[in-house]
Amino acid sequence: MHELSLIQALIEMVVKSAMENNIKKVSKVQLVVGESHGVLPDALGLAFEILTQGTVCAGAVLTIEKSTLLLKCRECAQEFCPEGYLYRCPNCGAVNAALIKGRELYVDYYEGD
Amino acid sequence: MKVIVGKDLLYVNAGQAVENRVLFDNNKVAAINLISSPGSGKTALLEKTAELLKGKLKLGVVVGDLYTTRDAERIERAGMTVVQINTEGVCHLTADMVARALRELLLSQLDLLFIENVGNLVCPVSFDLGENAKVALLSVVEGNDKPAKYPGIFREAVATVISKVDLLPHTDFDLPACLAEIQQINGEQQVFVTSARSGQGLSQWCAWLEQLAAGKAGGNHTADNC
Repeated sequence: MHELSLIQALIEMVVKSAMENNIKKVSKVQLVVGESHGVLPDALGLAFEILTQGTVCAGAVLTIEKSTLLLKCRECAQEFCPEGYLYRCPNCGAVNAALIKGRELYVDYYEGD
Repeated sequence: MKVIVGKDLLYVNAGQAVENRVLFDNNKVAAINLISSPGSGKTALLEKTAELLKGKLKLGVVVGDLYTTRDAERIERAGMTVVQINTEGVCHLTADMVARALRELLLSQLDLLFIENVGNLVCPVSFDLGENAKVALLSVVEGNDKPAKYPGIFREAVATVISKVDLLPHTDFDLPACLAEIQQINGEQQVFVTSARSGQGLSQWCAWLEQLAAGKAGGNHTADNC
C-alpha cells in the first residue's frame, strides 16, 4: 500500500509536468530513494507498471537510484555510513548521530517527447 | 527531452503536516503520534492515561484503523473526545486524513491530542502528521528483538513505552537486553516500562505527558524528533 501511494504521487507529478511541457509520451522516470525509507524497488516497479496504464507514462521505464545513508556524529562531528541498524559513531561510540543523507524520496528527472 | 523535476514524493503530505503543526501551535495543543504493532495496547494505554490525567489535562484522540469504530468506542467510554478515521485498507495515517479529523475537534479546548496511528511499525514512520512527538509502543509479548528489526520507528520516537510488563514472567522477553538495544538505537529517548493492568510505570508516563503539554502551553517549540 505504501509503495502504491508513493507511485501514485509520482505519476500525478510527472503527468502534470508533462502536460505543462507539452510532452505526449514519457519514456523514462528517474527516482531517487533514500535508504532510510525502506521501500522495495520491486514493489515500486510493479506499482509503476500498473498505475501508469492509460497515462502519458504508460510503458515508461522507472529507474531507481538508491541514496545510501550518511550520518554525522553529534558529539565528534565524524561522518559515517552505518553498518547494520545501529547508528554508532565509529570514532567516539556515541549513538545520537544525525541523518544527513538517505532520507530522499524525489523524482530527479524524466525523459519524453 | 529531459525534464528536471527534483520534487519530493511526499510533498503533498509534508505541506499538510505543516498546516496541522500550525493548527496545534495556535491552539497550544501538544500532539503525539502513537505508533506500534497491532495489539500492543495503544488503546489500553490511552484508557489508563485518561483515568490518571482526569482533571489535569484535557485529552483528545484521533484514532486510525483500517475498519471498525471499536477503539473509538472504548476511548469515548474512557471520557476522551475522539474522532475515528477508517483508512479502508491503507496501512498508515496521512497528514490529510488527520487534517480532516481535526475539523471535527475543538482543538482550543484540548491540552493534549493523541493520534493513534494504524497498527504498523513500518509505514507510519514515513508520514509526518504535524505531530510534536512520535511515541513508539512495544508490548513484551512481541519479543525483545523488535527495536533491532524495526529500528526506524525507535530512531524517530521521542519516547518508547514498553507495555504489558505484567506478562513478563510468561514470556521470553529479555527486558534489560531490549532497553540496552533501544538505548543503542536512540540514546536520547525516554523509555517507560509499563503495564496498563497493574498500573506500573504509568505515573512516570503521565508526568512526562504533563511536561510535554506544559511546554506547549508555554509556547515552547516542537520537540526535535529527527
